[in-house]
Amino acid sequence: MLKQFADWLAFSTIGLIPGSRAGEALDFFIYDTIKIFLLLITIIFVVAIIRTSFPPERTKRMLSHKREYVGNALAALLGIVTPFCSCSAVPLFIGFVESGVPLGVTFSFLISSPMVNEVALIMLWGLFGWKIALIYVGTGLLVAIVAGIIIGKLKMERYVQDYVWEMRVGNAEIVQQTFREKIGYARQYTIGLLKKIWPYVVVGVGLGAFIHGYVPADFLARWAGRDNFFAVPVAVALGVPLYSNAAGVIPIVHALMEKGMAIGTVLAFMMAVTALSLPEAIILSNVLKKPLLATFFGIVATAIVIVGYLFNAIL
Amino acid sequence: MKIEVLGTGCAKCKNLYENTKKALEESGKSAEVIKVEDIPSIMKHGVISTPALVIDGQVKFSGKVASVAEIMGLLS
Repeated sequence: MLKQFADWLAFSTIGLIPGSRAGEALDFFIYDTIKIFLLLITIIFVVAIIRTSFPPERTKRMLSHKREYVGNALAALLGIVTPFCSCSAVPLFIGFVESGVPLGVTFSFLISSPMVNEVALIMLWGLFGWKIALIYVGTGLLVAIVAGIIIGKLKMERYVQDYVWEMRVGNAEIVQQTFREKIGYARQYTIGLLKKIWPYVVVGVGLGAFIHGYVPADFLARWAGRDNFFAVPVAVALGVPLYSNAAGVIPIVHALMEKGMAIGTVLAFMMAVTALSLPEAIILSNVLKKPLLATFFGIVATAIVIVGYLFNAIL
Repeated sequence: MKIEVLGTGCAKCKNLYENTKKALEESGKSAEVIKVEDIPSIMKHGVISTPALVIDGQVKFSGKVASVAEIMGLLS
């Protein structure tokens, strides 16, 4: 139905020719922009309400003193529903560690939180279908859990900045919100988030539309297709220092995939962009000494590369 | 009344600070508003998600930027 509207607007009303580059690009742009915004509004709002039940302080209590494995899995799952802003990464890390949340478990949370979020899910679902979205969530959680377990086993506690262990954290009571307050928060959060990401969505879809219309099919197949052995590590290496929210990166990645980029490479690139970034490294260097920071990035990057190869082989 | 806005200096924390000052103005009350940016002080309140608002030592909320109206509600 949406496709018909887009077709009508691009071809009948504006008068571009179906099959022409400009026509196809605009058609893609109209269709995708509207679809994505509709999905975003609905799901961001619903997830925001769910999130009001999982303030970081409650997550901290749930994870405190949990054993490995169970703790890592729980942390990764909670990372999806706990609202987490990277500006809060330092207090959050200190709070978790000081309350007895094991280091590896804390890392599982830090990995899944930015990577597995509802914006990424909606965009993937909207552009690639629910199977891919589900795979992304599943492997994202797996990467968070496994990487967290490995880091825990390496016993690198001494590479956390010393002052963290000496910090005294008070115990704030968790403020309960009434249902009306939750709706109010969800509304405010949704509007705020949309205001922040809409330019990225528009630019991302725009670029995707351009690639869709103007770049010849299979253009990338030679360089970034399944047979190029180096595509995955290169994609991850490019993605690690970059930061983008999911809204911006997925439309581009969608169009790239249409032109022949293999899906494993695509997923790996997305994970690398969202899970790790240069700004995050700078923020975390306040609480982690270089060896631990490097280990964290190294293990997560490796896990993502493996995921990339795996999906290129299976899908 | 002593009001503290906890935050490590990102845009959200600045917004909360501005909204708090506006709320005070509009409610006609007078109080000192302090921006607390150092981690040890923030953590002493038990806050792990910034920005947060503390009135007379009690954490009113954390992890969001409240609107001027909402803050005014808390001031009364």
